[in-house]
Order: sequence, then C-alpha cells, then structure tokens
Amino acid sequence: MQLLLFDGFNGLIQGAFYALLALGLSLIISLNSVINFAHGGFMVIGAYLAYALVPYLGFWGALVVGPLLTGVLGILVERGLIRFMYARSDPVYSLLLTFGLALIIENAVRSIWGPQGVPSTIPPWLATPVSSTYFFVTGYRLFVMAAIALAAGALFVFLRYSNFGVRIRAGILDLETVSTLGVNVYMLRAVNFAIGILLAGFAGVLASGVLQLSPTMGNDVIMTTFVAIVVGGIGSLLGSVLGALLIGVAAGVTSAYFPVASDVVIYVIMAVVLIVRPRGLLGQVGLFE
Amino acid sequence: MSRRVYVNAAVWILLLTVPLWFPWVGGYTSLATRVVIYALGAMALNLLLGFTGCMSFGQAAYFGLGGYGTGLALIHLTNSTVLAVVLGTALGGAAAFIVGPLIMHRRGIYFAMITVAVGQIFYFIAERWNSFTGGEDGLTFTRQPIHFGTVVIPLDTVWFYYFVLFFFAVGAAVMGLLLNAPLGHTWVAIRENRRRATFLGIHVERYVWASFAIAGLIAGLAGSLNALQNNFISPANLFWIESGNFVIMAVLGGMRSFWGPLIGSIILFGIQDYVSSYFPNNWELVIGVLFIIVVIFFPNGVLGIIRQRTKSA
Repeated sequence: MQLLLFDGFNGLIQGAFYALLALGLSLIISLNSVINFAHGGFMVIGAYLAYALVPYLGFWGALVVGPLLTGVLGILVERGLIRFMYARSDPVYSLLLTFGLALIIENAVRSIWGPQGVPSTIPPWLATPVSSTYFFVTGYRLFVMAAIALAAGALFVFLRYSNFGVRIRAGILDLETVSTLGVNVYMLRAVNFAIGILLAGFAGVLASGVLQLSPTMGNDVIMTTFVAIVVGGIGSLLGSVLGALLIGVAAGVTSAYFPVASDVVIYVIMAVVLIVRPRGLLGQVGLFE
Repeated sequence: MSRRVYVNAAVWILLLTVPLWFPWVGGYTSLATRVVIYALGAMALNLLLGFTGCMSFGQAAYFGLGGYGTGLALIHLTNSTVLAVVLGTALGGAAAFIVGPLIMHRRGIYFAMITVAVGQIFYFIAERWNSFTGGEDGLTFTRQPIHFGTVVIPLDTVWFYYFVLFFFAVGAAVMGLLLNAPLGHTWVAIRENRRRATFLGIHVERYVWASFAIAGLIAGLAGSLNALQNNFISPANLFWIESGNFVIMAVLGGMRSFWGPLIGSIILFGIQDYVSSYFPNNWELVIGVLFIIVVIFFPNGVLGIIRQRTKSA
C-alpha cells in the first residue's frame, strides 16, 4: 500500500510537470500553429539557468529570473525564426525548424555545462520529509505541486479575464477575424509563444530541484508531453492538464506493479483514447483536423 | 516526358557506377551504400509527405522494425540473407498496415503528433523487451553470403553495395509504378485538395491508409538493408530523432520530386561525414543549423531551386 502511494505520488508530481509543459505547448500549437519540438529544450535551458543562477540569486531569485530569461529567449526565437513559418501552410516546415532548434539547444547545453548531469541546490527546509511514515512527501515536492497549481491557475485567470487573454482565446478560434478587428496579431503570437516558453522554463527550474539534469532530458519529456496533449485533446488547455495528470499517475502506478511497462503504458493509454474518443478527452469537433 | 527519361537514365548510370567514380570525389563505397539505403527510406516517407500530403513523423518505427525483423530472422530462423530481407520488409509493412486505421482520419499537425507517438510505442517495446530484442544494447548478427547453386556471392563491401542497389531498384520501381498508376494520381489529388477529393467520391482515408502501409513496407525494406550493413540493430533506429532525419532528407532534396530524397540523403550524409571528421562533438549543432537554413531559405529543396531556375530561364 505504501509502495502504491509512493509511486502514485511520484506519478502525480511527474504529471504536474507534464501539465505545465503541455499547457505551454498547447498554447503554442493552438495560436502559433507550430509543433514546438524544442519545447523540451527550453525546459532544459530553464533548468540549467536555475543551476547557474542559484549561487548568485539564491533559490527564490532563480525561480523568478530563470523562467523570465527563458521567456525572453522565447521572444527572440519567435521574432528571429518562428515568425517566418506563419505563412507556410504545411506544418512540416515549423516542425523541422524546431527540430533543428532542439538539436542546437542540446548541443549548446552540452558544450557549456558538460554531458554529465548536475543537481541543483534547494533550501534545506524544503528538502526534509513532512513525516517519517510518508518519507517521500518532502516539503519540496509539496511546494512544486503548489507552485504548478498556482501557475496553472494564474494562466487560466489571465486567459479568462484579461483583455489580452481573451484575444489569445479568440485568436485560437479565428485569427483572421481577430486581426480585422484591429488586434496586432503579430504581437499576440509573439507574446503567446513567450508565455509558453516561460512556462517551460518554469517547469525546468522546478525540475532542477528533484531531477538529475542532463542535456538530453528534453528528448524524453517532449514526447510524453505530446502524448499528454493528444490524450487530453489538441486545442483544449484543460484537456492538456487532465491528460498530463492521467498519464503521470498511470506511469507511476504501473511502475509499482509492472516496472518494465512504465514507459509504454502512456502510449497504450493514448491508443485506447484515440480509438474510443478520436479527438482526445476534451477535444472539440472541427478543431485541428 | 523525354526529359524524365534522361534524368532517370542519368540517375541509374551514376548509381550503377558508384564504385568507379565515388572514390574520386572523396567518398568510399560503404558511405554510398548508406546514402542509398537512407534515400530509399526517405523516398518511402516522401510517398506520404510529398505525394499524399500527410506529415508523418514516425517513419523510423517501420524502418527500425524492418531491421529487427531481419536481425531476428537471421538469428532464429534462417541463413538466407534474402529471406531475412523479405521477412524484415514484411514486418515493417504489416506494422504500418495495422497502425494505419488509427491515424488515417487525422490531418496536419494532428497526423504528425500521432504518427510520432505511435512510433515511440515500437521504440519502447524494442528498448524494454530485453530477452527478445536485446534491449538497449540491440542485436548483433552476421549477413550470410548468398548461394546460387554453386555460385557464392560473398556480400562484402562492393558486392553488398550492388545487393542494396538491387533492392533499392525494386523499391524505386514499385514506387514509380504506383505513382504513375491511378493510385498515385489519387494521392496527389488528396494532397492538393482533400475536400474536393472527398466530394468526388474518393474514400480519402483508405488511400491515406494505403499510402501509409506502402511507405511502411518500403521503409521496412530500407531498415532491413540498414541492419544488414551494420550487422547490428538497436532501438536508436526507431527513435523519433531518426524520423526527423528522413523528413529533413525529403525536404532538403525536394518533397515534390521523385528523386528529391536521394539528393537530400547525399547532402545530409556528405555533410555529416565531413563535419564529424572535423568537429566530432558538434556535428549535431551543424545539422541543426542546416535544418533551420533549409526551412527558412530553401523550403522547396535543391530540386525546387533547380526547377525554378530552369523555368525562369
């Protein structure tokens, strides 16, 4: 029972990470029409930035500055590269562009910080377990869950109530009409891309406290995030969160009972969802088909 | 029409005489073999990507399955290299045929994401099923000489090049014939306007399924030859990054043309061979930059540029 709780809790943490990444990726797919293969790469950048910044700014400083720097990098990439893809109707181009970007990021991170993983330091009071029976529930993990919930909540409020958020949601449904109504859609897309990248950077900073960092960690993460989005339904942000939590917990619980299958189980879930509900759990008819 | 005949003749003459001229331009035969094998895989992908208009990003799965089929056949079943190739090819094709119905309703970005995710299933099976697939370490085997009665073909470097070229020719002929048949014209119609094709009463999904299955079959053939060349197969051949290599080859050479992926394969392996001997740690960086340059400045690939030039001249 304790083993199940342990793995289930681990899965929930993993799922929360994927939810954060899936939210950003989903925003970018919906409004920028770009499958961002470099999303995992940006997460890695966030994680390594945290590692580099903690000695100077402390953990809390890095938690704020790391994601912001990643977001700034996101704007630069959008203005410098991604925006040339908007006029192309075939998704293959943006896909290849971000694929190349992912290769570059991985190689750059390896050149700067070396091929071996490095752990990040977190405040000691967060590293202690909450109780001795449930040794796996450390303060840091609870903090991670709370931080992710807060970030997701803030994003939902932003999209629901702010003018800018409303425009993003409108743009997802019909960018052309939004443009004719006088909204600067170029700015809208740039900011939207940056928000997605910022969330990836935030996930990276949080991950740097629990995971061993390595330049290639983005490769596995990006694929799981794709699966989360497909399971949840492309175009539905709430679906992305649901999908991510579902596959996180499923992978965690499977690793308790049938460790060999813990990587495959998420793909099995995806296949089942696609057969039963071809558009994903919360996907809408007509979007992205 | 006659121009096409000349182009085809030139391509085949160049391919048949590779061992004669390739060393003169700084190549070696096994590099040419690799170029031809990957060109076949990329041409298979291009049936989907360039001719049916479906963005598949999971082609490495069927390529890798072809390799596993051949490797496992050589280890457990047979000494015949040719039979092993046939079995590997069949495995790749069968997998794509089974996966087809799951993905054929999708389009655009959704199609790409689902093909890549399905491809990862095969990757993880190969990586985790240690007792059968050798897990992360992969499988090692040896390709056997071919016996024709008393004649023995040893399948060493140059012989193996012609062995590969024979299957390349078979694959290319199959694809060329299909593309000139009503099936191929229907694929192009679907690419150009899917909705209109539906209105014309075409069962678009079935044609996408056919395209996916045939692309998987020929990718399986290429993967099988690749495994034979290395005498080795590992999960890395099924990973999505390998799928990306096929896509870049098709785009680099020119998605709209039959021989485009061959050009792309020559360029990609040429650059990789050159760069990795000078910057062994940074060739990924160079390839990544190449991707971005191609996508932004040369979206129609090398053959696209040539075509534009000849049109305007």
